[in-house]
Amino acid sequence: METMRLDKAADGFAILTLDAEGAMNVVNDAFIADMEAVTQQVAEDDAIKGVVVMSAKTTFMAGADLKQLVNGFETLSVDEAYAFAKRATDMHRAIERSGKPWVAAINGLALGGGFELALACHRRILVDDPKAVVGLPEVNVGLLPGSGGTVRLGIIAGMKTALDLLLSGRSVAPAEALKLKIVDQVVPAGALVEAAKAWLATGPDPVKPWDVKGWVPPQKKGMTVPEDSAAYMMAAGGIAKSGYNQPAPLAILNAVFHGLQMPFDKALAVEGKYFAKLLTNPVSRNIIRTTFISKLAAEKGARRPEGFPKFTVKKVGVLGAGMMGAGIAYVSANAGIEVVLIDRDTATAQKGKDYSAKVLGKLVEKGKLTQDKADAVLARITPADDFALLDGCDLVVEAVFEDTAIKAETTRKAEAVLPEHAVYASNTSTLPISQLAQASKRPDQFIGLHFFSPVDRMALVEVIMGKQTSKETLAKGLDYIAQLRKTPIVVNDSRGFYTSRVFQMLIHEGAAMLAQGVPPAVIENAAKAVGMPVGPLALLDELTLDLPLKIVDQAIAEEGDAYTPPAGVAVMRRMRDEIGRSGRKTGGAFYDYPEGGKKRLWSGLAEHFPVEDGWDLEELKTRYLYAQAMETARCLEENVLETPQDADLGALYGWGFPSWTGGTVSYIDTIGVARFVQEADRLAQLYGPRFLPSAWLREKAAKGEAFYTPAQASETREAVPA
Amino acid sequence: MEAYIYDHVRTPRGKGRPDGALHEVTSVEMATQLLKALQERNALDTALLDDVIIGMAQPVGEQGGVLARAAVLQAGYAQTVAGQQIHRFCATGLDAVSLIAAQVHSGMIQAGIGGGVESMSRTTMGYDSGAWTSDPAVAYGNYYAPQGIGADIIATLDGYTREDVDAFAVESQRKAAHAWQNGYFEKSIVPVKDILGKVLLDHDEHMRPGTTLESLAKLKPAFEGFGKAGFEAVAKARYPEIEDIGYVHHGGNSSGIVDGSGLVLVGSLEFGEKAGLKPRGRIRSYANIGSEPTIMLTAPAAVSRKALKAGGMEAGDVDLWELNEAFASVVLRYQRDMDIPDERINVNGGAIAMGHPLGATGAMILGTVLDELERRDLNTGLITLCAANGLGTAAIIERV
Repeated sequence: METMRLDKAADGFAILTLDAEGAMNVVNDAFIADMEAVTQQVAEDDAIKGVVVMSAKTTFMAGADLKQLVNGFETLSVDEAYAFAKRATDMHRAIERSGKPWVAAINGLALGGGFELALACHRRILVDDPKAVVGLPEVNVGLLPGSGGTVRLGIIAGMKTALDLLLSGRSVAPAEALKLKIVDQVVPAGALVEAAKAWLATGPDPVKPWDVKGWVPPQKKGMTVPEDSAAYMMAAGGIAKSGYNQPAPLAILNAVFHGLQMPFDKALAVEGKYFAKLLTNPVSRNIIRTTFISKLAAEKGARRPEGFPKFTVKKVGVLGAGMMGAGIAYVSANAGIEVVLIDRDTATAQKGKDYSAKVLGKLVEKGKLTQDKADAVLARITPADDFALLDGCDLVVEAVFEDTAIKAETTRKAEAVLPEHAVYASNTSTLPISQLAQASKRPDQFIGLHFFSPVDRMALVEVIMGKQTSKETLAKGLDYIAQLRKTPIVVNDSRGFYTSRVFQMLIHEGAAMLAQGVPPAVIENAAKAVGMPVGPLALLDELTLDLPLKIVDQAIAEEGDAYTPPAGVAVMRRMRDEIGRSGRKTGGAFYDYPEGGKKRLWSGLAEHFPVEDGWDLEELKTRYLYAQAMETARCLEENVLETPQDADLGALYGWGFPSWTGGTVSYIDTIGVARFVQEADRLAQLYGPRFLPSAWLREKAAKGEAFYTPAQASETREAVPA
Repeated sequence: MEAYIYDHVRTPRGKGRPDGALHEVTSVEMATQLLKALQERNALDTALLDDVIIGMAQPVGEQGGVLARAAVLQAGYAQTVAGQQIHRFCATGLDAVSLIAAQVHSGMIQAGIGGGVESMSRTTMGYDSGAWTSDPAVAYGNYYAPQGIGADIIATLDGYTREDVDAFAVESQRKAAHAWQNGYFEKSIVPVKDILGKVLLDHDEHMRPGTTLESLAKLKPAFEGFGKAGFEAVAKARYPEIEDIGYVHHGGNSSGIVDGSGLVLVGSLEFGEKAGLKPRGRIRSYANIGSEPTIMLTAPAAVSRKALKAGGMEAGDVDLWELNEAFASVVLRYQRDMDIPDERINVNGGAIAMGHPLGATGAMILGTVLDELERRDLNTGLITLCAANGLGTAAIIERV
């Protein structure tokens, strides 16, 4: 057996140790095969009186192997997906019907399939360790626990607790797990096996309540119980909060609703059917592929060129102590890196450092960090106005004002002090890296590292390769990002790079709708209906109209007539230049900000942009998604992007493109390139050339190609736990 | 064949709570007392009746099992009188009358009684929840939201402020009090008696005469909790033009929770001759319709037009309009849609003041309109109700 071993003991209580290859135990075909064999052995061997299930890892079991599940949509029929769920379901059923009591001795986190295994055991004993969390987080990957999890949790914890845990996907620490009755006992580390054996020694009944004749399903009376009926009504309303694009919450709610009314095995079968529907739905594939497989691969260096030794940044210089610089300084110091934070005077630099003090202070307040550790992080940041302090830095990140001349000056001053090996990174979000690199003595060591705001919360870093940036510099930049535990994507230099460029499509599409008579609330709600966290008009208010208009003005200055201004320019100019409203900072553009009250769409909009009937919500939703997806396709065509993974990760983590799509490229692939092109042609006819597919994309459609190759998703060898 | 209204009766409306005057009276007993009253005041030979349809919005528990048949037998009617239960949410009471009329129209029956009963104090609201609210696949798929959210959506879309809806409620209370003071309801009220034969209630108990804008202003919006729990998201999915829902409805400008019953005696001309009764009016047309189910309260205008068309009439032919006051915004929307002046609609107040015993209300307000047509010596009335899940019903009556 590869994934576990069964050790018999003189007292009759066998120890089953889960110990798969790799860092964690996961549910996969090998595990199921082993467990089936072990269960049969336990059932048949009279010398075995009971089983203690434990793990040889620091965690108990992390869940299903997502590397396998991600292929469900492409490779499995619904029947096969159901059979897949049924095998794992039967495995758990065999455990609880083996005639011997099983105890899950949970020594560390038990999530997803791992906790389903524990639920199938006759008793769950959890180690008293805050890291030993338990839960069923499948909803986060567009799935449900499909091997008895919804049914057993519903019966054991009751409908309300089960729905809370299943729909939120949250995991709970030992004290709460005990309170919710999803574990039976919490014991100190080291006492697990003893406690398990002590329970087995009491000679517990190995028959589960639902296997006793006469057992009645908890909600057998169905909707004739008004309280239950009302609870499902509220739950159905509650899942509307997560929108209408995600199939998993409804499937979970359905599984619990039906499961609690039916005999146990019928309930399991129904749960398996809902699981099969989700596994063969592209949404689960899309979420798993981008948010787990691609993300982990990117963090482990998928885009790092080979052949360069691992680079460790010990000292970093951050130039500019504004909001971005302050954030970069904080995350660097937090990763154990010495930071020199430079601005025009020490007081300004100190203000930047104060940001770290504020963030750390909150963590200490919440009890998430000790004062000592906070002090240590803070001590690593040296605020200064003297570039000489950059001596010895392995890398600098420039985050000064977005102005070519100021940046050039900064580059020259820094390079005068920096050691030869140091990487010079600019955090610019708008200026071409190759152009900024002209000020550098060593443009091959010049790179773009585009952090997102707020830096400590946004996982993404967009790495921009200038024309002369070397592979070695890329490797070093990625190593620095790995030190920060952030997620990199790598793009080639171009106006707006990738994320800013495609994000512009979203805000311009929203602004353009205003001139077409779409009510402003509809513009915002249509974006939210596709799953964008914030509407484009609200985004514009936060950004101020100056920012997108500056990008346009710059492009016009550089390209003249060759440049086609984006769709929302006229509305933005009118708002700022004629109506005199440019953003929240100056009192509001599309919104009003009443003191002490909630922001409201500005009532004057109707006068300047009269509302017309005839808008169609579905059409608006399509426009948002297609505008962004089409611009992403152009980025791939122009080699601004080199991989679909970079595109999808950038979309989800850069500007909040909805996760159910998997990202802008997965969105196209899910629709199919041919159908995407056809629909885009229709949109181009109605709304303009921004939707027009290129010859390159048409050719892809004609050849029947997709952006992802089916094998690509599962190339990573190591298991990816849920 | 024409369908004539020979008589109608209703109970007073008791507060729909355990301390309400009618709480000790079962639903079947309320219907029984009304059936007896109809028999007695018309000296009716009940063997002339073919069918009794009594509906309710909660046909479960004591209200289940074809209550009409049980009441017929309890009231000592001829055992040949059939019974039937219908359920079309709040449209039930009027629809039961329409269905009796339709059977007369078709020649299927000669005479019958239609109406409804609801003891809201004795049957828990939600007993009859059903798939539309609580089967997750159905509720989510059809964008179900509680009715109060629908009322607040109407107010938001149409721009009715809290003052608008409260002012409507104050008016309803004033008109109801005025009607009671002047005995406008006397003809049809049958006081409910207890088992000793003592009168338990002879007036509508829910009314709060003297309600003012100031007193209503103290009440908190009732449906914001539902909105924040997720139904705001449902509402916006269906109505993306909503930036924020204005929560303006509360107990004081929504229909009251009460117990009560109402019945209408309908028959052919031939029945009247046999029974020695003179028709008071006739049912000219009736209609049912479905409308957008998330708001679920906007059917009245569409179903009224449908009933007008079925009767070969125009809105201008209607003298008095009666729309059940489910929520203030429902009536305000209807008046706007149908262009009805204040002095022609719900002239004696409505459910905001007197209460809305769900399945019974339709039969009650048909009677109210007929009484008022007679009192004012007018000819034509249109009665309509919105109902859950987007349903709506209407009937047009005229004096003969």
